[in-house]
Amino acid sequence: MVPVNYYIILSAILFTIGAVGVLIRRNPLVIFMSVELMLNAANLAMVAFSSVYKSFSGQIFVFFVIAVAAAEVAVGLALIVEIFKTKHNINVDEMNSLKG
Amino acid sequence: MFNSTTFLAILPEILILVVAMLILVAEPFWKAEQRRNVGWLTAGGLFAVMIISLLFGRPGDPITVLGGMVRFDWLGFFFKMLFLFAGAATSLLLMDNDRVGHRGEAYLLLLASLLGMDLMAASADLVMLYLAIETTSIPLYILSGFMLADEHSTEAGFKYLLFGAMSSAVMLYGFSLLFGFAGTTNIYELKTVLAAGPNTLVMVLGIIFLLLVGLGFKVSVVPFHFWAPDVYQGAPTPVAGFLSTASKAAGFAVLTRLFFVAFPGFSQSWTLIFAVIATVTMTVGNLLALPQTNVKRLLAYSSIAHAGYVMIGVVSFSVLGAASVVFYLAAYIVTNLLAFGIVMAVSRIIGSDDVKDYSGLSRRNPGLALMMLAAFLSLAGMPPFGGFVAKVFVFAAGVQAGYVWLVIVGILNSIIGVYYYLNVMKYVYLFRMPNEDEEKHPVPLTRPYTIALVILALGVILVGTLFAPWFSWSDMAAMNLF
Repeated sequence: MVPVNYYIILSAILFTIGAVGVLIRRNPLVIFMSVELMLNAANLAMVAFSSVYKSFSGQIFVFFVIAVAAAEVAVGLALIVEIFKTKHNINVDEMNSLKG
Repeated sequence: MFNSTTFLAILPEILILVVAMLILVAEPFWKAEQRRNVGWLTAGGLFAVMIISLLFGRPGDPITVLGGMVRFDWLGFFFKMLFLFAGAATSLLLMDNDRVGHRGEAYLLLLASLLGMDLMAASADLVMLYLAIETTSIPLYILSGFMLADEHSTEAGFKYLLFGAMSSAVMLYGFSLLFGFAGTTNIYELKTVLAAGPNTLVMVLGIIFLLLVGLGFKVSVVPFHFWAPDVYQGAPTPVAGFLSTASKAAGFAVLTRLFFVAFPGFSQSWTLIFAVIATVTMTVGNLLALPQTNVKRLLAYSSIAHAGYVMIGVVSFSVLGAASVVFYLAAYIVTNLLAFGIVMAVSRIIGSDDVKDYSGLSRRNPGLALMMLAAFLSLAGMPPFGGFVAKVFVFAAGVQAGYVWLVIVGILNSIIGVYYYLNVMKYVYLFRMPNEDEEKHPVPLTRPYTIALVILALGVILVGTLFAPWFSWSDMAAMNLF
């Protein structure tokens, strides 16, 4: 059996990749993918811990997180489509009409 | 497992769902031009929910229901009543917003996010907490970007969503580590596990930092405040008002419960972190509010500064501190909703949020100007309004806990605040419209605005003058944390 430490290290790596992706990428679609990576890093940690403690609450948590992530992305994509309709561009750097 | 107490514990939530179903059924029967009546239905429904909950759904001794998911106590109950009040006022203010008010979905989304806030205030488990926070946030993302034809609105909604998704992912990672560390997701069990286990302080501080990112975003404290001014400016104004009051209060409800209940053993470390955050938040919020010329942006920075004042109560980590947080949020909700309501009513007629265009408002509508004076003086912390008493309690809690330097910073910041609040009132009362007769340009109020604004103005004065009952309720709520 793979020791739990390995899972946690993998999840930390995934989380870092996701966080860096959110901060440096300028395409909202890629940013969403990075956020998904962060969420899944948390999910992986949760499932790994859940098997250590022989408890279901971590796994149940993961189901809810997956559902919430889907809802969040649905709203995000809808907003991206609307922004594209008015601006014909979805680069995050171009979204600067609100300032001051 | 299910008994009558279970239903009483989630009575407000059940009734909110009933109101939402009523709206879904009733809305198609109204003609398009009558759809704004959904606002009356929502406000009346939420008012009825408040009355019924106050009559039948009052909590007794704190208990945990639904398999440890929901805590039924005065803290949650008091916050739920505040949210219901804010929701009712917001739906009245939504009605005459030309681009949002005639759409039934807007009210439905408002109710969905209210449901989430109620559960945020009551949740006793990390699973419930995460779900409640997302149930609150996702409808608010949609509402912020609701005016699809308006480039600013969609941009505001998208910015809010990006910041929100990012910070809630960080917080979720904190939850997963917390679960891995303690082996339980129940907030009330965390306390004993964290106290008993072989914990290293560094590990817990790391988790606290991750949690702070998510919760700091919800209450918009520096350095997680960047979204607030942009979103408040671009979002429909009633939504911005709701975001800055109810959503922020829900964040503080979670913050106090989570940190007071789950991390009491580490209070020396996290109160210091919070004290630093409070200092930076107050100072940055107030200083950035100074040069603002757009009233909505000014209120956004002022709401960041107010989050800093509330933080002083959290830092105190005492019964008085928690009570002052609850009281401050009650006073702040009525005051800031009044301020945003007035901005809505004015910008609907004059079509601008620029401070300069408020010139001569006292002659165009004296009653409205008077209410604006009450709201802004209360925000500045002047007696006899709610904001003054709230600040007194928060500062008293800070002094009692030995954070005198923090209270001094708070008082200095309040003085900065007085300057920019009164600066707006200078335009309203002292300046005249250039080359125009104000009598010919009245600012009339429609009936929903009148009702909502008068109730809110009375609330601001009531909280400030008859503060004893409010404070004893806040105190009762705070007692449940210890």
